[in-house]
Amino acid sequence: MDILTILIPVSLGLGAAGLLAFIWALRSRQFEDPKGDGERILSDRWDDRPRPD
Amino acid sequence: MAELSAAPSAAVFAPRLGACPACDAVPLAQRLADRAEAQAPARLILSLPQAHCAICITDIEDALAAHPGVRGARVNLTLRRVTVDAPGLTAADLIPVLARIGYEAHELDPDALATTTADRAGRDLLMRIGVSGFAMMNVMVLSVAVWSGAEAATRDLFHWISGAIALPTVAFAGQPFFASAWASLKARRLGMDVPISLALILASAISVFETAHSGHHAYFDAAVMLCFFLLIGRYLDHRTRAIARSAAAELTALEVPRATRLQGGAEHVVPVAELRAGDLIRVRPGGRIPADGEVVDGASEIDRALLTGETLPVPAQPGMMLSAGEVNLTGPLVIRVTAAGQDSSLARLTALVEAAENARGRYTSLAERAARGYSPAVHALAFSSFLGWFWFSGDLRLAVNIAAAVLIITCPCALGLAVPAVATSASGRLFRRGLLIKDGTALERLAEVDTVVFDKTGTLTMGQPQLLAADLPEGLRPVARALAQASSHPLAQALAAGLAEVEPATLTEVTEIPGKGITACWNGRMVRLGRADWLDAPEGPEDALLSSWFGIEGGAPCRITFSDRLRPGAAECVAALGAAGKRVILLSGDRPAAVSHLAAELGIAEWQAGVSPTGKAERVGALSEAGAKVLMVGDGLNDTAALARAHASVSPASALDAARVASDMVLTGQDLAPVAEAIAIAQRATTRIRENFVISFGYNVLAVPIALAGFATPLLAALAMSISSVTVTLNALRLNR
Repeated sequence: MDILTILIPVSLGLGAAGLLAFIWALRSRQFEDPKGDGERILSDRWDDRPRPD
Repeated sequence: MAELSAAPSAAVFAPRLGACPACDAVPLAQRLADRAEAQAPARLILSLPQAHCAICITDIEDALAAHPGVRGARVNLTLRRVTVDAPGLTAADLIPVLARIGYEAHELDPDALATTTADRAGRDLLMRIGVSGFAMMNVMVLSVAVWSGAEAATRDLFHWISGAIALPTVAFAGQPFFASAWASLKARRLGMDVPISLALILASAISVFETAHSGHHAYFDAAVMLCFFLLIGRYLDHRTRAIARSAAAELTALEVPRATRLQGGAEHVVPVAELRAGDLIRVRPGGRIPADGEVVDGASEIDRALLTGETLPVPAQPGMMLSAGEVNLTGPLVIRVTAAGQDSSLARLTALVEAAENARGRYTSLAERAARGYSPAVHALAFSSFLGWFWFSGDLRLAVNIAAAVLIITCPCALGLAVPAVATSASGRLFRRGLLIKDGTALERLAEVDTVVFDKTGTLTMGQPQLLAADLPEGLRPVARALAQASSHPLAQALAAGLAEVEPATLTEVTEIPGKGITACWNGRMVRLGRADWLDAPEGPEDALLSSWFGIEGGAPCRITFSDRLRPGAAECVAALGAAGKRVILLSGDRPAAVSHLAAELGIAEWQAGVSPTGKAERVGALSEAGAKVLMVGDGLNDTAALARAHASVSPASALDAARVASDMVLTGQDLAPVAEAIAIAQRATTRIRENFVISFGYNVLAVPIALAGFATPLLAALAMSISSVTVTLNALRLNR
């Protein structure tokens, strides 16, 4: 059962990483325009280099 | 894209030009006062009703970015808006840029939209869903170990870790429920949120107690799962409401109304809210009259279609009284304002609308009715199980445990999802068919409809005349074409469009005589196109048709007839409604001849012509009192009171602002056919809601006896909760097929 001392923190850490990624995505407004983001992939405007912001 | 670029041609006669001044005047004045000195905002928001694909996004963003002075533009396709960062520019500079590439755009008032607050609430809910989802996953992993037989110290350790995750989560993610439960308790009511909060708190407290005493059962997983499922329902509900609210705000924010005031010989463009009685205003041809007033100078023709439903323009000369909302057609007019803002005839109509809307606000939705019976029942059940077990066994710990299990099992997870999931999928489906739902309960009210009342001009018809027959000699057709295209009068425009394949003749000395017609010189002879009395034409037969006369010097005048074009889908819509057994009624303010012609064409047996605005509202009221559930479909100011009075209402996007504000649903396209389909979808949606109630009650009926008997385990609670939530959501999604 000693393995639990490693496995439980590891599983919690992985979960927390997922939560942090979700919070980051929310903060950076990635859920504002789901339909537009889906359509923007189809445009070849910024295929060669990223859009300068 | 072809159909998109064709759309702007409708602007000649379609009521897109101005706004309903009085309805906007009050909030506008408020906003102007709040804003202190109006400064040019750097951020402009334009609505783009036609944007729908990847190409639209790049086209619009590129066109705007190429315009000098624009620093950046970003399209939001979900909301169909573009936000432009352009200091010093106004919407009037950018709308033509988009019109050139074929996109219709309207100015939106960023203040009225106040997107930030709605967005923040939505993001807040999403954040809580994320946190409780994370907690649920981890607690579930630990619970599975406990259910599979973890013993003694291991079980206690797992329970403690679960508690360490679950308690902060419940405290954070449960806040929306606690806040709303507290608010309803303060108002001495038992809302749906009171049993939810009680279950959350009791489950957490009991689990901490059990864990501290090395108990077998802890309900941490149930508490977190409850939060997660209920928050999803809450978020779906919030999203449909936010979309409805932003649609409503968008409609009021569309076209900020302005008027041209004459002061000391100079023209100033001022907001309509600043007009006072006695001001002189100029209304250019094609403009909407911003306030009630008397014509001082100029002669023209006035289109009253939106106010009264008349299709025939009325001549206007000095001394005539005009009402706000009418459209000036042929010549410029100077008007002395007699009543503006709250005193105008428009504002009186608005007051009528408000009174009617308050009456409709008392509708109780299915969810409210379910909650009303549900909450007391749950509390009574949990409390009596506590008393029963305490009396039976004398064990306080056991009795509290069983009461908590009953509360958790009966908790309305599925009930909280039953309505929002159906509403989301139904309104999504209607939106794709071209119908925007503005009101939360509209879907349920629409499902009950058994009588449909239509307006004529602008609703069943396009409100745009179309050439029917030009009784002209072959040689004169080019002359008529040339004469017609020189005028902006709707009948002349229709004639020019009808003779489009004829090469226009060369005319000289073309002059438009406002209120009468247009005259010119052709090969040394005078030619005229205009009203019958101006050309001394014989009085034509009184029939459904609009007519105009063409005359050449030394010849008898010829009659040219026009009819109002049917809206696409109108015939199918009426036929489908009839087939579905609905009673269809046509109420119009127009002449009997025109109305009977249309009623016969569409096969509507019940019709009434020459109905006044209040007459329409009264007729709808009388139908409702007789027990009918009326759906009103209309677009004009004369319909607004009736729209607000009806059980449910629809208006086309081309309708006047006041009408769209008063309706529950707005047609985003030109086609009328979705109306009949919407009733069918709404009926299916309410059936789904009822089914969902039955499903979630069914699970309760199965699980509650087990809980009451004291056999409930956390595993059973988790199973009942997740299975019922998933079935309810899947049942709602069936609507999308």
